[in-house]
Amino acid sequence: MDRPEYRSVGKSVRKKDSMQLLLGKPVYTEDIVPDALVVKLLRSPHANAMVKTIDTSKAKKVPGVVDVYTWEDVPDQRFSNAGQTYPETSPYDRLIIDRHVRFVGDVVAIVAAENEKAAQTALSRIKVEYDVLEPVLDFRTAKDNPVLVHPEDNWHMLCDLGGDNTRNLVGTTSDAGGDIEAVLADCDVVLERTYHTKAYNQAMMETFRTFTQLDRYGRLHVISSTQIVYHVRRILSHALGIPKSRIRVEKPRIGGGFGAKQTAVCEVYPAFVTMKTGRPALCVFSRRESQTCGSPRHEMEIKIRLGANNDGRIRALGVTTLSNSGAYGEHGWATVGLTGHKSIPLYTGSLEAFKFDANVVYTNMQPSGAYRGFGATQGQFAVETAVNELAAKLGRDPVELREQNMVREGMSMPAYFGEVANACALDRCMQHCSDMFGWKEKFPVRDMGNGKVRAAGVAMSMQGSGISGIDVGSVTVKLNDDGGYMLLIAAADMGTGCDTILAQMVAEHMECPLEAVSVFGADTDASPYDSGSYASSTTYVTGMAVEKACAQLKERLCAIAAEVLGCDAAELSFEGGCVRHEATGRTVSLPEIAAKSQCNCRLAPEATAQHSSPVSPPPYMVGMVEIELDRETGVVEVLDYAAVVDCGIPINPALARIQVEGGIVQGIGHTLMEDVTRTPKGAIRESSLFTYRLPTRLDTGRINVEFEHSYEPTGPFGAKSIGEIVINTPGPALAQAIYRATGVWHRELPILPEHILLAKPEERES
Amino acid sequence: MEVKIKLNGKTVVDDIPADMLLIDFVRAHGCKSVKRGCETSACGLCTVMLDDVPVLSCSTLAARADGRSVCTLEGLQAEASEFVGFIADQGAEQCGFCNPGFVMNTIALLRENPDPTDDEILAYLSGNLCRCSGYVGQLRGIRAFLDEKHGKEVERG
Repeated sequence: MDRPEYRSVGKSVRKKDSMQLLLGKPVYTEDIVPDALVVKLLRSPHANAMVKTIDTSKAKKVPGVVDVYTWEDVPDQRFSNAGQTYPETSPYDRLIIDRHVRFVGDVVAIVAAENEKAAQTALSRIKVEYDVLEPVLDFRTAKDNPVLVHPEDNWHMLCDLGGDNTRNLVGTTSDAGGDIEAVLADCDVVLERTYHTKAYNQAMMETFRTFTQLDRYGRLHVISSTQIVYHVRRILSHALGIPKSRIRVEKPRIGGGFGAKQTAVCEVYPAFVTMKTGRPALCVFSRRESQTCGSPRHEMEIKIRLGANNDGRIRALGVTTLSNSGAYGEHGWATVGLTGHKSIPLYTGSLEAFKFDANVVYTNMQPSGAYRGFGATQGQFAVETAVNELAAKLGRDPVELREQNMVREGMSMPAYFGEVANACALDRCMQHCSDMFGWKEKFPVRDMGNGKVRAAGVAMSMQGSGISGIDVGSVTVKLNDDGGYMLLIAAADMGTGCDTILAQMVAEHMECPLEAVSVFGADTDASPYDSGSYASSTTYVTGMAVEKACAQLKERLCAIAAEVLGCDAAELSFEGGCVRHEATGRTVSLPEIAAKSQCNCRLAPEATAQHSSPVSPPPYMVGMVEIELDRETGVVEVLDYAAVVDCGIPINPALARIQVEGGIVQGIGHTLMEDVTRTPKGAIRESSLFTYRLPTRLDTGRINVEFEHSYEPTGPFGAKSIGEIVINTPGPALAQAIYRATGVWHRELPILPEHILLAKPEERES
Repeated sequence: MEVKIKLNGKTVVDDIPADMLLIDFVRAHGCKSVKRGCETSACGLCTVMLDDVPVLSCSTLAARADGRSVCTLEGLQAEASEFVGFIADQGAEQCGFCNPGFVMNTIALLRENPDPTDDEILAYLSGNLCRCSGYVGQLRGIRAFLDEKHGKEVERG
């Protein structure tokens, strides 16, 4: 298909903030805020307990301590920390401090002090007597357990999603198409398998942190490392019981988020201190707090029923998910839906029936939240591994098996809300990736003769582009005096480069150089409303708001130029650097229009537009990995990772590529290195970056990323999303490669060397 | 205790607690590029030069720097500017929070070994974690810088 030549879109330009970041300029929360009270949190050593007595008198006497707050000081009004569109699908199950503490690390007291040392000393002088209760530490037995995580009367949900605090249920969901039992009964082969994934931590380099103060009008001014300025404003309003109009939330540069900062993990604590004391306050989570009291991925157990015929036709797919939300329900119901809705549709090509059921349960563990991939990661590990197991059972090449069954362009996807795959290059991704990787040569297992063996694995993936019918993106574009433009957004660039990508779109629409576009964001006092940056929404949803705003702005600039020329605006056309009068050829430059707008003019040279999409077009991806496995040590080395992604039209190919590379390495970490285990009392063992092992640059292998373009008609310049899908393929691809090398299917992640060595031969499948 | 530290070429005299960490000292003196990422010497974000040797300032006492010179990225802007644009071309700075430590250690690498191989680059920088980029873009950036630099030197020769 012929496409227009773009001058900004499709170009790998540098991020607008790149030099500031690379040269270490002070651009993050802790770098830019004035002196403030240090806010520290006393945390529960018990997984489930009631605070019987709490004595803060000695702590308050520590020199430099301003105040200490306990459950007795906070409003008795439950709220949710989840950054979601109102009304949220997450239960209102939190207090700022609750007398009932529900996981090891739950907040017992807030200390505000003049300095770090005084705050630390005060923490050690608070005397707490607990009534220790039996905890729920196995999520498989949480539902209808006699021990209730949230027995309180004022627990409530705004939406009826199956949540029931008297059954430890955060929510339930289900979907079905066709008669799965009948189809399964008619299949030649039925695989029933159970998979388990852990509560991986986002481990962004900048931990959670928030600064708060009262501004010149006495309003609460919040500077936070967040992906969701508007949601934080609402959450603080609910938690503190003050009107939203009394709160301003802005974000500076963010040191990574990956979904962690889609939950208001630390905002309420300094905000509470500032409201109590009237003084600036700063709360910075330690790495330990980020690891153990953050908002990681939901641990899940997923049961798969996969029915196929001997000819390889995949006919029925059942997905039953149990999700562990931990002590609070943030994002629990929303996340679990993706385990089915973003895995089953991959096999739309041949499926005759599907069934999806899910429960989300409370336990006395670290609460989970949003993490890149958001349930799709867990669901696809299960489904893609089951398909790889099917390929092994049928003696089929797993690439060919997928080509026989995969979703293709134009198909309607019953398991994806009936959406049509308008732009789908998954078939081309598979072909391209096979060629680039050398699948035919690398799939056969090769004994290297030195105790090491090489093997390969494959997986495919889909995600969404925003939340259909919910996410809102808005932008304001205004003409500056010098003829450049200002772009105001509330989407949050957390390093991904969305500020630059959206500016590229403005430059394309307004036919100007990228340098002429300045970006401001995100600030609830100045930016138009945006849901925030999550759910792979910014390029796709906010990008369309840019398109609309620019169209409106062009009309507005013509109307102002018409006043200059004394003609009708309909006689004028926008030509990038100027507005032209068709009949006479006279032009009005942009600086002239800007000057006119500031003198005896009633038209503002700006436009604000909002977008929301009824659909969420999936990006698609294929990943292939070659490993070398050491049979003596069980160590798996990643040699090659090939990935081909269909994100529609990449707006900035370099930034799209980095998303893919970064996502793959996170996925490698989850599969081969990062583990979450607990003590018998429910404390997380991997509480530092020593014990929670992130991949280093020696662990990535060679990563080759390429793109297959499709054109999404509902997206800006044909674009879909890329931010999340990239994390999904390493789990199943590596599990398959390890099976090929060892003969053992590991159905629980991570797969550590000791798991490989200790796997018993009877676990091997014939 | 009183310390006298040459910070980015300027002598600083200060009365500090004996247990003050070097990261807190340099940040208190305006060097905000130095970031705390892990508190357990596992991430490399807080890398500074102590007498021209890269050290982790989160696990170095400020008192250890008494009478010595400390350099942060604030003091090495020109040297960093030679190559960081190549990383920007890859988009491999991403969130940027790990950049100062990674750039400091890259400066140390290039001072020690002006023409490193890819394997030498990866090994030298392996203590600098990055959660965003997946690392390979950073390697492409450094490689592009070295190729251009040495290509130019060849031309001149």
